[in-house]
Amino acid sequence: MTKAHVWRKPDGMSIVFVLLSVIILLFILAPLVKTVGSSSPGTLWNTLLDEEVYSSILLTVYAAVIATLVGLFLGVPLAYLLARHEFWGKRFLEGLIDVPIVIPHSAAGVALLFVFGSNFFAGGIFHTIGISFFNSVAGVVIAMMFVSIPFLIDSAKEGFKAVDVRLEKVARSLGASPWSSFFRISLPLAWRSIFAGSVMMWARGASEFGAVLILAYYVPFFGHYARVAPILVADRFASFGLEYAQPVTAIVISISLIVFIALRTIAYRGQKA
Amino acid sequence: MIVIKNLEVDVGNFLLRDINLTVNSGEYFIILGPTGAGKTILLEAIAGLYPVLGGEVWIEDKEVTRLSPEKRRIGIVYQDYMLFSHLSVKENIAFGLKLRKCHKGKVKEKVDDIAEAVGITHLLHRKPQSLSGGEKQKVALARALIIEPAVLLLDEPLSALDTETKERMQSTLREVHRRVGVTVIHVTHDFEEAIALGHRVAVLNDGRVAQVGTPEEILRKPDSEFVAHFALSRNIFSGEAEEGGDGHTVVDIGGIKVAAITELRGEVRLSLRPEDIIIAKEPLHSTARNCFQGVVSDIVHRGSVVYVTVTLPPEFICLITRQAFEELELREKVSVWVIFKASALHVF
Repeated sequence: MTKAHVWRKPDGMSIVFVLLSVIILLFILAPLVKTVGSSSPGTLWNTLLDEEVYSSILLTVYAAVIATLVGLFLGVPLAYLLARHEFWGKRFLEGLIDVPIVIPHSAAGVALLFVFGSNFFAGGIFHTIGISFFNSVAGVVIAMMFVSIPFLIDSAKEGFKAVDVRLEKVARSLGASPWSSFFRISLPLAWRSIFAGSVMMWARGASEFGAVLILAYYVPFFGHYARVAPILVADRFASFGLEYAQPVTAIVISISLIVFIALRTIAYRGQKA
Repeated sequence: MIVIKNLEVDVGNFLLRDINLTVNSGEYFIILGPTGAGKTILLEAIAGLYPVLGGEVWIEDKEVTRLSPEKRRIGIVYQDYMLFSHLSVKENIAFGLKLRKCHKGKVKEKVDDIAEAVGITHLLHRKPQSLSGGEKQKVALARALIIEPAVLLLDEPLSALDTETKERMQSTLREVHRRVGVTVIHVTHDFEEAIALGHRVAVLNDGRVAQVGTPEEILRKPDSEFVAHFALSRNIFSGEAEEGGDGHTVVDIGGIKVAAITELRGEVRLSLRPEDIIIAKEPLHSTARNCFQGVVSDIVHRGSVVYVTVTLPPEFICLITRQAFEELELREKVSVWVIFKASALHVF
């Protein structure tokens, strides 16, 4: 027998909190909906066929994927160490990892140039093997990576922390080497958090403006010259005004949302809310 | 044979020191100690999963103190099962064999054998999350046993289970131990468990091994406050259970035959709480099935209560109030009757 819920009278605090929540949600939603909704599909399609636009979007997606893959390779081991070990200076290190989130991103770009510019130490080493970071795809990648890696490391660290260390101990007792216990037990069990962190890292990287602007404003990309999408949007607005910037903005927002929602759906699939 | 020599382990806020133990092949060995005595860490140190400060660990005539855990041939089962939630029950059990690059058909055969031995054949295709506590523990047991370890380490394997499951799991453990013949080191804080399962028991107290012996030896001459307290709280007997007619079971506990309620037959142990025994000057005709004459052999005063030991033989420790003690005018060497219900006897 099912019974209808009996609702008690809502209290004053709940009413106020719901109203405030509605305001902040509208604040997030309204600009997105209005920008995407005010161009006709025809205009959007034509804009998408604009070589400057599609090469910009491809560059952005591509560079953010490379940045995330490098981030996975270099960031996951650090996340694992931080999750499993206590050591002197660990707090400091954890703070350091989050620094890219708090410094202005244009400043981050300048700082990166001081290390990866071909006149400087690391840049010089890469230069000898033919990789330059100034106005190149590699530059876009490191700019994106610098500002977005904290999201991946923090998420992966929480993922590993949630894997009971005794699961690894059992695996070791059953004959697993440290490598094997990591790849067969810890990594699969922490995978959801690592994937969610990668999605965040990718999304944050793809939307980066300041650091990319300094390091790699205009780069050769598969036979064309291209700018990342956030820079393209800003340039069109600065040069031609709101009217002209609107369609490309609508496309960038739509693609970002579609990819982000799709990846989040995969990341949380099968998990109870 | 497992030999532990002068083992020293840093448990965090204290040290385990001078740990010397010899566990014979095929023995069911219990390490008994209060919560926080460092029992789990001691097991992990034996397994090579926790660093030691000094001493030696020998497994089957080979020193393994510096050997990494995967080379020690040990199986470990934790209190909260530690099943791999991303693998099925079958994959959990097969994990150790897969690592050894075992032939596929061989893996299946061994998984089926071990699953049958612990009684989980019907669960092989399930995911660990959908199992009950007892089932999970059996899977963990099967997973550890399949690699045919030289020693099986059990870390409080019954503590997370409800009373009923715990008793069934105890007989599973006894059964599996008899069938497989593996050497077991089982740590627990639970006396009943230690007495029910252990061939020998080591008592861990204040970071040291306070005592090693059979359960009876430990209880008869407790060497630590921790055990002494328990020894006063239980009468433990062992005996031979047989059919007594009317659905009763009688157990010969050496000297007398007591009535009990149990399905068990053969070699059993019994426990009886001192407060469940009535002392009378005359034999009582009552609903209590057990009534025996004996002699008061010891009297210990504890505030408002008195522990009176009555020897038939065997010895019964009885707990009575000071008032009752004075009214009955009990003295040493006085002849009395001890009376208790068949249902007060816990048989295991």
